Amino acid sequence: MVPFLVEAIIKSAILVLLLLTGFAYLTLAERKLVADFQARIGPNRAGPYGLLQPLADAVKLFFKEDFIPEYADRALFVLAPLITLIPAILIFAVIPFGPELTLFGYRTRLQLTDVNVGVLYIVAITSISVYGITLAGWASNNKYALLGGIRASAQMISYELAMGLAIVSVVLTTGTLQVSGIVEAQRNGWLLFLQPLAAIIFFITGLAEIKRAPFDLVEAEQELTAGYLTEYSSMKFALFFMAEYVKMIGFSALMTTFFLGGYLGPFVDHYPALGVVYFTLKVALLIFLMIWIRATLPRIRYDQLMALGWKVLLPLSLANVMGTAVVVALTA
Amino acid sequence: MVMELFRGLWTTLQEFVQTNLRGPVTYPYPEVKRPLRVRFKGVHELRRYSNGLERCIGCALCAAACPADAIYVEAGENTDEERYSPGERYAKVYEINLLRCIFCGYCEDACPTNAIVLTDKIPPAGYTRESFIVTKAQLLVPPPPGVPGTPQRTTDPSLRTRSIWEEGLVNEPI
Ligand code: SF4
Ligand code: SF4
Repeated sequence: MVPFLVEAIIKSAILVLLLLTGFAYLTLAERKLVADFQARIGPNRAGPYGLLQPLADAVKLFFKEDFIPEYADRALFVLAPLITLIPAILIFAVIPFGPELTLFGYRTRLQLTDVNVGVLYIVAITSISVYGITLAGWASNNKYALLGGIRASAQMISYELAMGLAIVSVVLTTGTLQVSGIVEAQRNGWLLFLQPLAAIIFFITGLAEIKRAPFDLVEAEQELTAGYLTEYSSMKFALFFMAEYVKMIGFSALMTTFFLGGYLGPFVDHYPALGVVYFTLKVALLIFLMIWIRATLPRIRYDQLMALGWKVLLPLSLANVMGTAVVVALTA
Repeated sequence: MVMELFRGLWTTLQEFVQTNLRGPVTYPYPEVKRPLRVRFKGVHELRRYSNGLERCIGCALCAAACPADAIYVEAGENTDEERYSPGERYAKVYEINLLRCIFCGYCEDACPTNAIVLTDKIPPAGYTRESFIVTKAQLLVPPPPGVPGTPQRTTDPSLRTRSIWEEGLVNEPI
């Protein structure tokens, strides 16, 4: 029991540390990449190549006034950023970063915990996050924030269905709910090629789920000032911001695990540490893809968003699940 | 619609590659300044003749021509003992409010002696409103090398036949 606890604590400490640095430098990477897409220079003042920019941002946010509007619901207002951030981090508990390997004579998995219903856990946890956003919109007592919150919940509901069904096709194909099992099932070929439709649906709904462009209606600056973020400042704002980027990493990690073979790659069996490299590369590639999309596509209209979710993605994913079920039943 | 999505992505990707190959189109401003055209209208300067006398005769035509009312001129009288410009009068006070100025160059056109000229320098930034009011001391260019500045004493007043600049007329410093 005790070694297990120590192992879990060490692993989660490393994980949280990695996520925090990852978040900080992801903000910089996003700004730099978007600048590249727009033929600009991007942040280059703080340190060489602007590498200290995240630090400067953090210091700035620390010293901002931590403002709570007078008529806001104080308890919920403070709680909302936490409800958004914590589930975003919790997802990483079941994601395998690499295969089993021996570290200092100790055999361990590069995964916090390998729950046998990991997929269920993921689906459950991701849905909590939206409560934070809706509550933030409600607690701010501000019409823009409220509209942002309502949009968030509507968007989540319409996209979570299709996303869940895309995951169901994954589970049907691999025949397991264990996340590491799903990765191992892709030894003979990534699910991206076996389930291309599910992969595309998962990616699109994922973008909507983490509110990236072109689905960033929740904070649409031009319509809603900043949506649910309008009344937030200082570290509370930073928490929301962190949640957003951690979700971005988390979604890329999920997509990698479900469809891109996770940590699998050539020579992984001989050098297990390579698995981490493959995993990081795949995640980075997906993050680049998201930034690329953000730098390209305009935000879609609200009714288009709804129509896409309910009239296109949901029927498609349903059909995909049906087809998968039939094929699995016939080949079993 | 799907085709257009990919066309858009292709366009931005090309831009991305170009930025990484050829560098961005913007400049890291204070270190690298964008090359300006020679006729760019930037911050003003007050010019001198080759013997060091000021061209400005304090006529305030520039102030009258200025559409933004940015120039303030107060004229003073030249004497043979204390001479600033070839004419009867000179600009005792000459100020331009760069916050008002629209850099149209009308002052340049209005000036009868070509004293006020817009250079190709970008006006400096400042922290206070006062710092944007440039005075005569800041506007006036230094005299050419080896030539005294102003005021000067007229060596031989009888040589002076006209009230504007005459070639070869030399004054001495006081
Ligand atoms: S450039 Fe135009 S606005 Fe500026 S001082 Fe001259 S006349 Fe006035
Ligand atoms: S700058 Fe030219 S127009 Fe203005 S007061 Fe001097 S001489 Fe007259």
